[in-house]
Amino acid sequence: MKLYDIAVARSGDKGSAANIGVIARNPANYDKLLRHMTAERVEAFFKPVGVGKVIRYELPNLAALNFILPDILQGGGSVNLRIDAQGKALGQALLEMEIESKDEG
Amino acid sequence: MTLRIANASAFWGDDPTAAARLAERAADLDVITLDYLAEVSMSILAKQRERDPTAGYARDFVGVVKSLLPFWQAVRRLKVVSNAGGLDPMACALACRQVAPRLTIGVVTGDEVKPLLDRKDLITANAYIGAEPVAEAIRRGADLVITGRVADPSLTVGPAMAHFGWQPTDYDRLAGATVAGHLIECGTQVTGGISTDWLLLPGLDDIGFPIVEIAADGSCVVTKPPGTGGRVNALTVKEQLLYELGDPANYLSPDATVSFLTLAVDDLGHDRVRVSGATGRPPPATYKVSGTYRAGYRASGMLTVFGRDAAAKARRCGEIVREKLLRLNAEPDEYLVEVLGAGAVAPCHAPLARGTGEVVLRITVADQNRETVETFTRQLMPLISAGPQGITGYAEGRPVVREVFGYWPTTIERSKVRPHVQILEAT
Repeated sequence: MKLYDIAVARSGDKGSAANIGVIARNPANYDKLLRHMTAERVEAFFKPVGVGKVIRYELPNLAALNFILPDILQGGGSVNLRIDAQGKALGQALLEMEIESKDEG
Repeated sequence: MTLRIANASAFWGDDPTAAARLAERAADLDVITLDYLAEVSMSILAKQRERDPTAGYARDFVGVVKSLLPFWQAVRRLKVVSNAGGLDPMACALACRQVAPRLTIGVVTGDEVKPLLDRKDLITANAYIGAEPVAEAIRRGADLVITGRVADPSLTVGPAMAHFGWQPTDYDRLAGATVAGHLIECGTQVTGGISTDWLLLPGLDDIGFPIVEIAADGSCVVTKPPGTGGRVNALTVKEQLLYELGDPANYLSPDATVSFLTLAVDDLGHDRVRVSGATGRPPPATYKVSGTYRAGYRASGMLTVFGRDAAAKARRCGEIVREKLLRLNAEPDEYLVEVLGAGAVAPCHAPLARGTGEVVLRITVADQNRETVETFTRQLMPLISAGPQGITGYAEGRPVVREVFGYWPTTIERSKVRPHVQILEAT
């Protein structure tokens, strides 16, 4: 199962960091997000792009998580040379992450 | 009674017909806000002003004001609030007055802080001031409020403060209105634009610009004009709540420090979503400042490569151009090759694109020296006849050299910044 199946996402820039909001399509799946979407897993997922230590904030009231990806937009949106200098597409990338379902009951 | 505030521009370059279309389809609007300033917009305005000293503001806004005149005549109470003033709100106001002499215009200045900072190479430096001067302009009778750098949500908070008579210490209410402002400041991003399920939404050619109906307690209902495309539901609203968010317990605005952890989002159906429960604390003792500085030159060019081994051929083309620049003693400070279609946007994703036979080669060069970047612009297109078979898509011609502005965020003590309101009476 992909994250896409149980969540929506949106990403944007915060200086040289980007953030990705991940929201459970059905709030009942928030626990699943909490379990699978750890800061470590997200950091490993974006390692090839170059990312600092990922921070995860929890918003149980919205059944959502907010990930901060430091340094992924080196120099920030106006100086970064990459086509996605503002990190707009990172949410779509993360939604392709595999969510393991073996420990589901 | 709720206060109905819409947004008709998310950034400089958004649909210039949106404001009139909103006014036409939502006749009971109280306020239209328009945002023109992104992080480095001020540097673009500075460059524009170097060529023409009267051009330090977003000139497109004058056309928007003109397009709204019939509605102003019909609904006298309509207020328009915009940061289109950029570096020169007064020049913007005077230009608006030319097309709308019967409006009372409030001009908010005092955000410029460049002289107060130690860094000397800045082109622009502006503090994100808050809602209070916007509210003051409205209390003093302005139909149209033109500001320079004001925090985006404060364009919404200001009219709500004036309407409900909130005090600067009504932090929970200000927090609620700040959330409402955050939700609409990016225009159609809350009504279905860039949402995960975008492709499934109706009416994508005419996504409605957003409206927040703000209540006296600061809570709001997010909606859009009837008959427009897109969607307002719990997910589109939550996506935008989290857009460009840092610590959700401490969303910093000049009006309040807002916690998003107490928010409740209730989908009322029919493109109406209630957002309530925001809690606020005093704002930081400093204003956020965005400074810009010259950061050299850049050019970026693209060519399409089609056929067998397209990605490998595109990568080889990227190496060739670099080798030629080295031979010409024009090695740039930064040289980036991206093969779009083969995982360039998010390299963690490359396996998806394996086997593709169609990619776009994008080469971007940056250097402090304009000459070096210009040399690059002459060395990309020769690939059209010297590169691989299947290289195409060159109708745009040589890449164009652009000046780059860096973004330098800092802070400044609030007491050093003096927001100022001036009223231009209707003539």
